[in-house]
Amino acid sequence: MNHTTDPQWVIKADNLTKRFGDFIAVESLNLYVPKGHIYGFLGPNGCGKSTTIRMLTGLLTPSEGNINVMGLAIPKQAEALRHKIGYMTQKFSLYDDLTVKENLQFIGRIYGIDAQECKKRIDQLQSTYKLNQYQHQLAGTLSGGQRQRLALACACLNQPKLLFLDEPTSAVDPQNRRDFWEQLFDLSEQGTSILVTTHYMDEAERCHKIAIMEKGTIKADDTPKTLMDNINAHVVEITTTDLRQLKQALSTLAEIQSAAQLGHRLRVLVSKHINDPICWVMHQCQLHHRPLQQQDIRLVTANLEDVFVSHTGQNPNLHKQEG
Amino acid sequence: MLHTIRNSYMRMLAITTKEIKQLSRDRITFAMVIMIPLIQLLLFGYAINTDVRAIPVAIVDQSDSAAGRWIVEAIKVTQVVDIKNHFTTAEQAQAAIRRGDIKAALILPPTLTAKMANNEPIGQWIVDGSDTMIAGAIKQLKNMSLNDIMPSISSTQSRFEVSLFYNPEQRSAVNIVPGLIAVILTMTMVLFTSSAIVRERERGNLELLITTPIKPLELMIGKILPYIVIGLVQMTIILGLGNLIFAVPINGAICHLLLGTLLFITASLTLGLIISTIAKTQLQAMQMTIFILLPTILLSGFITPLEAMPTAAQWIAEILPGTHFMRVIRAIVLKGATLMDLIDDIIWLVGFTLIGLGVAAKRFNKRLD
Repeated sequence: MNHTTDPQWVIKADNLTKRFGDFIAVESLNLYVPKGHIYGFLGPNGCGKSTTIRMLTGLLTPSEGNINVMGLAIPKQAEALRHKIGYMTQKFSLYDDLTVKENLQFIGRIYGIDAQECKKRIDQLQSTYKLNQYQHQLAGTLSGGQRQRLALACACLNQPKLLFLDEPTSAVDPQNRRDFWEQLFDLSEQGTSILVTTHYMDEAERCHKIAIMEKGTIKADDTPKTLMDNINAHVVEITTTDLRQLKQALSTLAEIQSAAQLGHRLRVLVSKHINDPICWVMHQCQLHHRPLQQQDIRLVTANLEDVFVSHTGQNPNLHKQEG
Repeated sequence: MLHTIRNSYMRMLAITTKEIKQLSRDRITFAMVIMIPLIQLLLFGYAINTDVRAIPVAIVDQSDSAAGRWIVEAIKVTQVVDIKNHFTTAEQAQAAIRRGDIKAALILPPTLTAKMANNEPIGQWIVDGSDTMIAGAIKQLKNMSLNDIMPSISSTQSRFEVSLFYNPEQRSAVNIVPGLIAVILTMTMVLFTSSAIVRERERGNLELLITTPIKPLELMIGKILPYIVIGLVQMTIILGLGNLIFAVPINGAICHLLLGTLLFITASLTLGLIISTIAKTQLQAMQMTIFILLPTILLSGFITPLEAMPTAAQWIAEILPGTHFMRVIRAIVLKGATLMDLIDDIIWLVGFTLIGLGVAAKRFNKRLD
């Protein structure tokens, strides 16, 4: 990545490391987030996404490394940063026993927004995030999608130039997730930079730029398209019977980065140094007494999940319970 | 500068308003605010009483004399005992005590009239001494019945007249009701505030709060303000009802009473805040509250006088704000003292609050590590 093309970084972190006792949560992480971008952290739970966000917002003190967020040295100037950012926590952190409007009013007062101005912004946010009809409902009785819209509205009340969203859509249905992302793009359009963590591939693909994280390190970072174009593997799909045994046989080979079953198909990542992956795979199947027909096998374009797997050797969604 | 103060005030107001709204929706807590003082007052006022009544006893009247019947009637009238049975021998009475049918028996010997004339002890109470409260009541009864009987029969028994019979029921209430304010305020104030911040942490609200510009001290003060009002309401309930039901006099000036209580409330609240910065869960906060509450009940002079305790216990007691307030509230309510009379205790309460608030604000870290 060429850092000189855009000098406008909202987040700069160098050599960021966080240790909890012997456990290294984040290791030598370098992160540059350009202004106005939606920057995604993609990784399984427990890979250090939340820890990184907490260090960037000054909630955790890094064991090593330098952080600069919006020109402020963190964690030293964390208090000054609080006025400039919005933060949406992974767990719903507003008050269940306050109504939608009361929660917004509370946040408004905490940020010292003038009463008149605050009222105006609350009305505006309530209509933007379709909360008008629920404004007198207790936050604890809202659905997942409504809660998350409320949380976003609260995070935006202070009109921050930088938003941190920690797995904002983990408890939200697909339709609400799509709406949510539309709202993020609206914010981005208005000049808000957004750092968002996710373990959903479709969400990561929407980001301007993503970093693939695993075990506290960034394995790769670029635009989703560049990452998919430059994947370090051939993606081969096989359609046949006995996929389970075939998968087992292929998985043992060093040249196979991964083999994952998708219904009747087996999606196989073959190392880039194999020149003709189709031939090679057919040959391997032959050796394992599972001959394939030419029409059963084809090369396909890589998606983000393939990119993720090729960088980390695992499927993020399989490891949700680890965090 | 003005802007900073305004923002600081707004943030405290935000916390206080939020806290009041949450309280008004938390029916159980709200009920506790009213019910704890109410129930405790009635419990301590009526049930927990040194004036023991209706102890089951038996009579062994071997004298079969008019004087004997007089004495039995006089004992009945005291209502301290409930005569369950009459036996003819002391052995039968002892057996009944052993079985637990009765707690005591009065044995009047055949020579009753002669003993009365000779100024000797006229009868014998045999008592189940395992319960000291009952034993004590019977001991008192011995004096009382004799005093009631003797003047009408013999004027030579004047040596028994030394005992002054105050109304035991009224006396314990008079002492207990003001003390109860200290105990109940310790219980509710420490409990409410100690869970206040822990609850935010448990429900995940804290992670949001610490990413906002709120300062620890603003959060602490904003959180305790509503509970100060609650504490004053509880004091009013206890003293008001104590005055109505148990005729506890309020001799001191109301402003001294309010100010003294206010100081104790803030001291208790800061104690709760310190707990809330240590405890990780509401259960832990509750346990630590009990850790404070028990010494307050046992050592503060609420039940037994401080002077009767070993020096080490007194030393511990003096650390607790409850002990100081126990002295303050009793002196103001019962003796009509002013805050100036109690300046040492007042200074302790103020100092405790200021230091406590500082410690709590310092311990409350706006970081997660």
